[in-house]
Amino acid sequence: MTVVQFTLLATALFSLGLYGVLTRRNAVLILASVELMLAAVNVNLVVFDVYLQDALHAGQIFSLFILAVAAAEVGVGIAIILLIYRNRQSADVDQLKSMRG
Amino acid sequence: MTVDLSSWFREVANWVFLIIAIPTLFGAFRAVTSQNIVRAVLYLVVSLAGIAALFITLGAEFVGWTVVLVYIGAVIILFLIGIMITRAPLGTKADLSHGSNVKVPAALLSVVLAGVIGWAMVDAFENTMIAPFESTPTSDLADILFRRFVIPFEVLSVLLLAALIGAIALARRDEEDEATK
Repeated sequence: MTVVQFTLLATALFSLGLYGVLTRRNAVLILASVELMLAAVNVNLVVFDVYLQDALHAGQIFSLFILAVAAAEVGVGIAIILLIYRNRQSADVDQLKSMRG
Repeated sequence: MTVDLSSWFREVANWVFLIIAIPTLFGAFRAVTSQNIVRAVLYLVVSLAGIAALFITLGAEFVGWTVVLVYIGAVIILFLIGIMITRAPLGTKADLSHGSNVKVPAALLSVVLAGVIGWAMVDAFENTMIAPFESTPTSDLADILFRRFVIPFEVLSVLLLAALIGAIALARRDEEDEATK
């Protein structure tokens, strides 16, 4: 196995996540695309951890931290979307344009 | 010069990688393009399960199973609850994505980004091999996490608590709101 095959897969996943963030209109699906990007970063961290074989396994520890932060982010994000839905009756980000000049 | 393809295909671990990577990419692609919101989230499960399987083949078993528990177990359920609560439009006719005036530049940007990062990766690591199936014992990870990284771990606990309280404070209905309605 080579390092490149994993990093290229992670690159593809990250780019797909970016495409999702840019094109989705539903706020829940934008969050889901962000999760895909974070998971792609985790792939890179774990692959470089396995490649470097460092005694502290910093890559795996960091990917665990990213997992926890991502879970917290989704919890708060869904709560904010719920609040927006309650005030606007919609989770479509295109309709949130009250700050447009 | 890149890795010799015929010798690459002779290695069994690479076939395992391909068998996992193709559904992962397909799931990710459908997750960002599907017009059915529940299907989009369920395709994300396929993609994340593939990533967890990759972690396990790389020997990072604890991280792999944590992905299964946290992402597939908890985060996906949160997404489905979010879809349910916001009464997102179900069915394939729902307007979940922008039109082609946004899709074309977004696709272009994603391809350019993938090209730049991919080129940098191939340039830097073209023939670097990694040893497969050398699994990291969970006890080693625990030792490192609770000795060397114990301060970040505690900070993370406080962050999770803050997120928990914040989510509850944001999502609950105030009683005065109910009275005025």
